[in-house]
Amino acid sequence: MNNSFLRISIWVYLVLFFLYLLGPLVIMSITAFNSSGFPRMSPWECLTFQWFGELFQDQRILNGIKNSLIIGLGTVVLSVAMGLAGALMLTQIWPKLRATYYTVIIAPILIPGVVLGISTLVFWDRINRMLGLGADSFLSNGIFLTVIGQSTFIASYCMLVLVARLQRYDMALTEAALDLGATHAQAFRKILLPFMRPAIASAAVLAFLASFENYNTTTFTFGEYPTLTIELAQKVRYGITPAISALAFIIVALTVFFALLNEAKLKRQELVAAARKNATVEELAGKIKLPSFFAGNMAAVLLVVFAIATITVVGTATAYDPGQCIADVREQKQLEAEQRIQELRKQREERREQREAEEAEQGGAQSTPKPSNNSGFGNVFAPNSLGGDEGESDDGSSDADPAPSNNSGFGNVFDPNSLQNDE
Amino acid sequence: MSAGVGVDLENLWIRFGDFVAVRDANVNINGGDFFSFLGPSGCGKTTILRAVSGFLEPSEGNVLIGGKNMRGIGPNKRPTALIFQNLALFPLMKVWENITFSMEIKGASSAERRKRADELLDMIALPEQGDKLPSELSGGQRQRVAIARALCAEPDVLLLDEPLSALDLKLRQHMRTELREIQKRVGITFIYITHDQGEALTMSDNIAVMRAGVIDQIANGKTIYNDPNTAFAASFVGENNVFRGKVKQVMGNEALIATNRSGDLVARISTTNQGKMKEGDDAMMFVRPEAFAIAPDGASGDHFVTARVNHEEFEGNAFNIFTEGEGGKEIKVSIPNHGQSFDDHTGQNITLEYETHNAVIVPAGELAAE
Ligand SMILES: Nc1ncnc2c1ncn2[C@@H]1O[C@H](COP(=O)(O)OP(=O)(O)OP(=O)(O)O)[C@@H](O)[C@H]1O
Ligand SMILES: [Mg+2]
Repeated sequence: MNNSFLRISIWVYLVLFFLYLLGPLVIMSITAFNSSGFPRMSPWECLTFQWFGELFQDQRILNGIKNSLIIGLGTVVLSVAMGLAGALMLTQIWPKLRATYYTVIIAPILIPGVVLGISTLVFWDRINRMLGLGADSFLSNGIFLTVIGQSTFIASYCMLVLVARLQRYDMALTEAALDLGATHAQAFRKILLPFMRPAIASAAVLAFLASFENYNTTTFTFGEYPTLTIELAQKVRYGITPAISALAFIIVALTVFFALLNEAKLKRQELVAAARKNATVEELAGKIKLPSFFAGNMAAVLLVVFAIATITVVGTATAYDPGQCIADVREQKQLEAEQRIQELRKQREERREQREAEEAEQGGAQSTPKPSNNSGFGNVFAPNSLGGDEGESDDGSSDADPAPSNNSGFGNVFDPNSLQNDE
Repeated sequence: MSAGVGVDLENLWIRFGDFVAVRDANVNINGGDFFSFLGPSGCGKTTILRAVSGFLEPSEGNVLIGGKNMRGIGPNKRPTALIFQNLALFPLMKVWENITFSMEIKGASSAERRKRADELLDMIALPEQGDKLPSELSGGQRQRVAIARALCAEPDVLLLDEPLSALDLKLRQHMRTELREIQKRVGITFIYITHDQGEALTMSDNIAVMRAGVIDQIANGKTIYNDPNTAFAASFVGENNVFRGKVKQVMGNEALIATNRSGDLVARISTTNQGKMKEGDDAMMFVRPEAFAIAPDGASGDHFVTARVNHEEFEGNAFNIFTEGEGGKEIKVSIPNHGQSFDDHTGQNITLEYETHNAVIVPAGELAAE
């Protein structure tokens, strides 16, 4: 009883947790396929792939992606190299200095990215000037600065990853290689580097992702080479379109793909290792009988399903034409709009009649003088002006009609009827 | 036997800061010898080996290999190969790649390497195991792969740093014979490090006994066992009973010792100390457990010792008697088992006798820890 309650709570918790974690991503991905001009899931209009097309025609986004990729690669190379050097240094350095050295080298992670960005900019600007170079020199190039700036802290991340592996390295292996005649370079290349390879790969992926998503530091250093994050941030300022959802969807899909690929590979290695353990000598010497790629490899199966899904979607996208649907929707909208306009006209007509009747009753008894500028205000906030695009011009003209008296605008605002007849 | 390349250590000092790890070592190792450094843990054996292989520059003195001074020559340029205390096989390489690493360095083709690997694998009795990873081998197999890897480099001198210490007793004893055979087959100089006197005695042509950075004695196993020149060598190699005292009278190669425990006893002065000991010197007399015999009750003289028996044990090939000794220590007596009847002496006083040439006198000095 108690137990099952606990189990249910855990499941509820898990569902909520994953909803919280993945919900926004899922919804954003779905909006990429809705033809509505604003990214939203409901009302659902038409299934469309137009936003992907639009995304790939957006020169600024494409340029941002290109810059992000270039900067990402640069950062990977620089950060992994510096991280490896730092990690090796940590194992070589005098033990008493080790803690201090570690703190110093980890510090950039704790420094806000904004500070790193500004300091990178200022520092290299100084150097640039000291060398008497112009504003278009290599040292003030946005790509150079961004790579340098991002690497200041990404290298620390890389070092952490690399140190973890290096601590498990037996220095006697390098000595053994030297003893067998290898030069230091050969020992490094043939023994240490292969040992570090998995960690280097992790560090590289980490560095690339950290670079790709970085905004704080980049925003100060990008110069004439805005990255994707910079472009997105600037775009969002002017309003967001589903093209951005399409981009988000692509990124999510790629992430899932690589995660599955990695998982499948790991699982496969595990299976191969297990197979080797049980293999006889002949099997080892000859061809190892590998288990088929899928046997007991859930990730691989998912990967294939995923690939098939992707192919299907892309196939559909090329064949599918939402034109008819979109036209229908547009027609529908137009009809709705016209209908509303008709309604509004009718309302206005009624109101005028009502007012005229009232005025006729009260004569010129209006006592309070109204400042003329009220009318402008009134126009802006007139509920009718929010009614629709087409409505506006109409609204304006209908407002203008009774223009001779200033009261009319004000009257519109405070007219209780106008509140009631909002729709 | 002296076909191989010899190694000489000349006035070798190695310091780490203020700490002296090796103090004035002078050793001549003949080419083709199986030479052991024997000493307790931390006495500087590995340090000497690292100096020979080139990972460590001596603070003073020289290492000569084949008569050539090795100062300034790196480990990858020396004609030595080292088998590490923990083997240090390359974990990511297959066995055959491990073995032929030295050929890969020189740019040998994969086919050549495989061929050589197969030869060596046959030699170490691991045929067709070349495609395994080191982690897929047993401890003894890994041991042999490490030997093959070192031999593949065709060194003039093979250095082995306690290579058997990680193995269980049975395998260790088996590998002793195997190592000795390999050494005879390849005919190169082996320098072997161990803290196990059994290993040193069974395998070596010559042994250097080390104590805290100092080499006490260099000789063949038999000499070291029978004629140790220091108290440390006497107590570290094999079991030994010690009697402390002062020299009372020197008679040629023998001396009379006034012992603290058992009165005046006579014994042979160890060879290197003959002529150097004089009356009044502090001395130690050592008698091996198997050098004692039980004497008739009441016998007395300068080679008889009386003692009260604490306990006895039967070890199969011998009966061991433990009697009260000096300062809380026990005297161990080992009587070979010929199937004779053996009385239980526990709690009784017995008289032990030894022959004077089987007991050895050295100047008083530090004893090996138990
Ligand atoms: N790099 C070093 N720095 C400082 N002291 C060292 C260094 N290497 C060794 N020592 C010291 O030198 C002494 C001898 O060390 P060594 O490794 O040669 O001992 P060992 O005889 O090989 O012992 P074991 O049988 O335990 O391997 C030890 O006291 C050790 O603490
Ligand atoms: Mg050692």
